[in-house]
This record gives sequence, C-alpha cells and structure tokens, in this order.
Amino acid sequence: MRDFEYEAPTTLANAIAVLAKNNGSARPLAGGTDLIDHVRCGRLEPDVVVDVKKIDELNVLELNDSGLRLGAATPCYRIYGCPEISQQYAALTDSCRIIGGIQIQSRASVGGNICNSGPAADSTPSVIVLGGICVIEGPGGRREVPAEEFCTGPGKNVLKPGELLVEIKFPARPANSGSHYRRFIPRNEMDIAVVGVGASVVLDDSKENIVSARVALGAVAPTPLYVPAVGDAIAGQPANEDTLRKAGAVAKELVTPITDMRGTAEYRVHLTGVLTERVLQAAISRARGEAICTKIGH
Amino acid sequence: MAKKRVVTTTINGDTHEFLCQPRQTLLETLRDVLGLTGTKEGCSNGNCGACTVHLNGRPVDSCLVLGVEVEGAEIRTIEGVACGSHLDEVQEAFLEGAALQCGICTPGFIMQTESLLDENPNPTEDEIRFYLAGNLCRCTGYDKIVRSVQCAAEKRQTANVGDH
Ligand SMILES: Cc1cc2nc3c(=O)[nH]c(=O)nc-3n(C[C@H](O)[C@H](O)[C@H](O)COP(=O)(O)OP(=O)(O)OC[C@H]3O[C@@H](n4cnc5c(N)ncnc54)[C@H](O)[C@@H]3O)c2cc1C
Ligand code: FES
Ligand code: FES
Repeated sequence: MRDFEYEAPTTLANAIAVLAKNNGSARPLAGGTDLIDHVRCGRLEPDVVVDVKKIDELNVLELNDSGLRLGAATPCYRIYGCPEISQQYAALTDSCRIIGGIQIQSRASVGGNICNSGPAADSTPSVIVLGGICVIEGPGGRREVPAEEFCTGPGKNVLKPGELLVEIKFPARPANSGSHYRRFIPRNEMDIAVVGVGASVVLDDSKENIVSARVALGAVAPTPLYVPAVGDAIAGQPANEDTLRKAGAVAKELVTPITDMRGTAEYRVHLTGVLTERVLQAAISRARGEAICTKIGH
Repeated sequence: MAKKRVVTTTINGDTHEFLCQPRQTLLETLRDVLGLTGTKEGCSNGNCGACTVHLNGRPVDSCLVLGVEVEGAEIRTIEGVACGSHLDEVQEAFLEGAALQCGICTPGFIMQTESLLDENPNPTEDEIRFYLAGNLCRCTGYDKIVRSVQCAAEKRQTANVGDH
C-alpha cells in the first residue's frame, strides 16, 4: 500500500487543525472499510490518514426527547445493538444490518457511508427519510446540511478540504410513524444494491390515512435521491393499495439509472416501482405497530 | 518513507510491543512482523473473511485495519483458540465434520464462529448462514461448515452443562 503518515487526534479541534494543515492531502479514517481499500488500489492518494475514532464527538450515540444524535464514526453494530433506536429509527437499523457482513459492521460507520458518497450507499436513503441533518465542522466553523443535499455526485459531496462530518442529528419521531429500508440484490447478503429504497410515513390517529411520507432511492441516480414528489402524491391519501401503486408510479418517473453489470436501466426503473410500494407498505405496517418480516425475499 | 511506530497491544492475552509502518495492515503486521501466520490473506479487500480476528471483542477483517490503529487494543487470533494441544469445541467440530479441504478459509471461519456462539449459543441454520456471510470458502460448498457450527454449539452447551 502507498506510504502515508498516521495521526490519531483525540479532540475535534486537533483533528481539524491536522486536516487543515495538510490542505487536501489528508484523509479522515473512520472504520476504514472504504478508505483502506481505496488507498490500496490507488483510487485515493492521501499523504496523511487522520483516524477520527478517538474523538468523543464522533462516537456519540444518544437518544432523547429531542431526537437522535449519531456520531459520524459510530460503527453499525452499536447502532442496531440499541433496541430503542431499532424501534424508533427502524430504517436506519435496517440499513446498518445489511452493510457488508458482521465483520464489516464491526467497523463501518454511517458517517463513512455518506462521506464515501456512493450512489448505492445503503444507509444514506434511511438517513434522508428520517430527516437527518449533517453537522460539519472545519477551519471556517460549524455548519449544518440536510442529508439530501450532502452528496453531489458519485464519490462527491459538499465537504470542503479540511472539513469533517461530526455527527448526524435526527428529529424525534412523530406519533404514528414508521420507516423501512430495503434493497434488491441477487444474493442474500454481501452485495451492492441494484436498487435501494428508504421510506418514512406518518399516519393519522385512525392509522388509516397517510399524513405525510418521505421516500429516498439508492442506485438509480448519480447520488442517493430524495424524491419529495412521491411523498406529495400520497400525503392525505388513504393508506391502501391504490395509493401505494400511485407512489410506485411517481417514483419510476423520477429516476435516471444507468445500465451496468448489476442490471439494465429498464430493470432498475421497474424495481424502483416495486420496491417503493413494498417499502412504503412495510413502513405503514410499522406505523401501525405491526411487526414486518425483513427476511430477504419476503 | 513514514517513520515506523511503536505499537503496544495485547494479543491472545500476552502484551506485545512491535514496530510497524502506518501503511501496514493489521493482517500484514500479524503475519510479517509478529510471525502469527495462522491468520490468512484471501482477498485483502474485506470480502472473504480469511483474515478475521477479534479486535476488542468484535470480529473484524484484519486486512481493513491498520496495524497502528490497534495501540492499546485487545486482539484474539486463531493462535489463541486452542489451549496447548487441546482444541476447543469449534476446532474439534470442524475437524470431525470435515468442514475444510484446502483450509485457507478455516481460521477465519473459526474466529467468526467463536463470535457467533458467544453472542448466540444456539443459532438456527439461517442465523449461522447470515453471521458467516462475510466468510467465503471455495472448497466445501458451506453445508459441512454450517453443520459443524451446529455441532460446535451442541458441544459447547454440553460442556457448559458439565461445568456446573
Ligand atoms: C466487503 C465489503 C462490503 C460492503 N458492503 C456494503 C454494503 O452492503 N452497503 C454499503 O452501503 N456499503 C458497503 N460497503 C462499503 C463500506 O463498508 C461503507 O461505505 C461504510 O459505511 C464506510 O464506513 P467507514 O466507517 O468504514 O468509512 P471509511 O472507509 O473510514 O471512510 C469512507 C470515506 O469517507 C471519508 N470519511 C470518513 N469519515 C469521515 C468524516 N467523519 N468526515 C469526513 N470524511 C470522512 C474517508 O476519508 C473515506 O473517503 C462494503 C465494503 C466492503 C469492504
Ligand atoms: S483477506 Fe481480509 S477479507 Fe479477505
Ligand atoms: S476449505 Fe478451501 S477455501 Fe474453504
């Protein structure tokens, strides 16, 4: 592997100072499940690797009345290991349970997933539909960016040189709400999404009607794609099959997938419709307090 | 060339101090610096699990960890599983169940099975296949591995009952 220096700052201020000093040639290291491979194969050429796992702010995992704080370097296993988070922010833990295998989940973070900015990143649609806000700190101070605006192209995002994603903040979940993330892959585990869909819904007190919904799609555009038009089309509608079919049809109109070894563009458009319906149905079931089966193929 | 770093860590219960370059992975450090060659290299990109070790109690692919990252950490490798010449239940079950042919994947499968049975002493077949999905085997076709894991779980439970 390419030669580089290693720094492991224990404070946020030091981490930003190291990143700023190296002006673009330093790279943050969270779980390393993308970074180490990218350095090995020459896709990234950092002179300094800055391990951010020793910084308290990046390891926060805190659930309270105002919502969830998720430190950017917190590994997947800690997130799904918390039963309250799995219950309230189910789409997020659905994602964390399918990123790689168990060994990858011991290290891989949701922050690393969004900063790597792959179009098929499995946790980003969930972060978007749950209303995640990216808290970024850099030499110029602190700023906040909604998750749906974070990725700007394949492997590209809004971070400027020297900036670090510190945490993702989620608002408290409304009453009668539910969420789900699901992807289609030809294998049972350990594969990259052909299409992935995240959805969050809020029902009225009768649990028969949709008050509002957020849907985000993976692997069908240059970035994980928030599709507000799908939510708009079904807000105020009864939570039934006709409404879900409408949602699937709207989603299909919004995607611009490519053809690659995982599937043709046409196949991805079809999958977008099918998965949007199924994922919304599962989110509705969860909002009603019903258990759903997350087994592959069900 | 970046300067070598001194790293102090506990491996299989013993304190080790070693020198490594920042660019060396934990896998390279274990094999090339410390001579612990039981941990295997398959893909070196996180897909095959041959390099699985326990880092602070969690199974990880050591090809995706830097040697310098394990300062102060606790590591368990395949060398720490048997007690002298006494194999543990998982190793015995793999031998008896013919869960290996060429054997390169075996240390990784055993480390991953150890984690599985610590977390879930009585896993279903589905749970076994899911937990071992990050470990690849080109030889066995997996069925013998899965059966051996079930057998190891039974052996452990009988051993534990015997303890009390
Ligand atoms: C075998 C295997 C299977 C995988 N399966 C999946 C899968 O199913 N689904 C999926 O979505 N991904 C998958 N991945 C990709 C990867 O595991 C995820 O993207 C993971 O979430 C990355 O997190 P990390 O903590 O390891 O990030 P790292 O590798 O440490 O970092 C990723 C990138 O983000 C930057 N970065 C990290 N943290 C920060 C920060 N706080 N601020 C600014 N920049 C930062 C790094 O410099 C790097 O460029 C897989 C990878 C492997 C090796
Ligand atoms: S060698 Fe590490 S996962 Fe294959
Ligand atoms: S026994 Fe040969 S790879 Fe598994």
